[in-house]
Amino acid sequence: MAAYTASVTVRLKPGVLDPEAETTERALERLDFDLEELRSADRFEIDMEADSPEAAAERADAMAGRLLANPTIHDYSVEVEPAEPAAGATR
Amino acid sequence: MIAVCQFGGSNCDRDAVLALRHLGFEAERVWHADGLPAEADGVVLPGGFSYGDYLRAGAMAARAPILREVCDAAERGVPVLGICNGAQVGTETGLVPGAFTTNASARFRCEHVHLRVENAETPWTAGFEPGEVLTLPIAHGEGRFEIAEDTLADLDDDRVLFRYCNEAGAVTDAANPNGSVDGVAGLLGEHEHTAVLMPHPERATLPDLGGTDGRTILRGFASEAEG
Repeated sequence: MAAYTASVTVRLKPGVLDPEAETTERALERLDFDLEELRSADRFEIDMEADSPEAAAERADAMAGRLLANPTIHDYSVEVEPAEPAAGATR
Repeated sequence: MIAVCQFGGSNCDRDAVLALRHLGFEAERVWHADGLPAEADGVVLPGGFSYGDYLRAGAMAARAPILREVCDAAERGVPVLGICNGAQVGTETGLVPGAFTTNASARFRCEHVHLRVENAETPWTAGFEPGEVLTLPIAHGEGRFEIAEDTLADLDDDRVLFRYCNEAGAVTDAANPNGSVDGVAGLLGEHEHTAVLMPHPERATLPDLGGTDGRTILRGFASEAEG
């Protein structure tokens, strides 16, 4: 077993209206920023112990499928990296 | 007895109990962690903000153990009505297809709306004529019905109970308060005794609340439960 951090990014499917992103975009424009389009996404970072990166990815994928994303409106992607040692953990 | 499931953050549970009792039906609030009572012959998933709308409206309550019991009860033929947040819980659970998400306007809408009866041959709508226009209150920020195009095509049109419309009964963009696909305001699940609505029939049942069109829906539901 090893420690991994799985990052799950949940996005609206292309074509699904995102009124919050549109509102955020307008607020940035009101602050005089130039931009073409803004898309928002939710990102979940999940620390876990697993036998392999593949096993960690599979578990995170299942979490996204069962709860973190709603398949009617969302797509999601999963990335797995070895967990960073906690700060101050060295002796 | 009709069980009104209360979650942390539910706020229309008392209203639902009061409205059903006003119509002469037995109704009790049931705290979700206590589980669904065996004598429940009908279930209301009430409005509110269960679990503070964390993650997505309805997402947490939909994974609470009592929802497993509610789904099992629905399989046995127990009528289940999801109202507003309860409708969001219903889609998140998969009791009904689709999803309710952020209003197209990005604004919370709290007002009375007109609804057209699309299918009057369900327990919920049997007291109406097809095409009849009723008035019910809405109060939601995440009521835009979304569904994959192919699922929408597969969705037998008989499963749409109500569409947002204008006073004359025309389904128009202007009359659609949240940008719902096809103006869908309420629909049936796989079984005709499972339904969700974004509008609030329990807020249009007692007199002096600006209309009583909700009575017909609740009577249909409760009669089904007692039958």
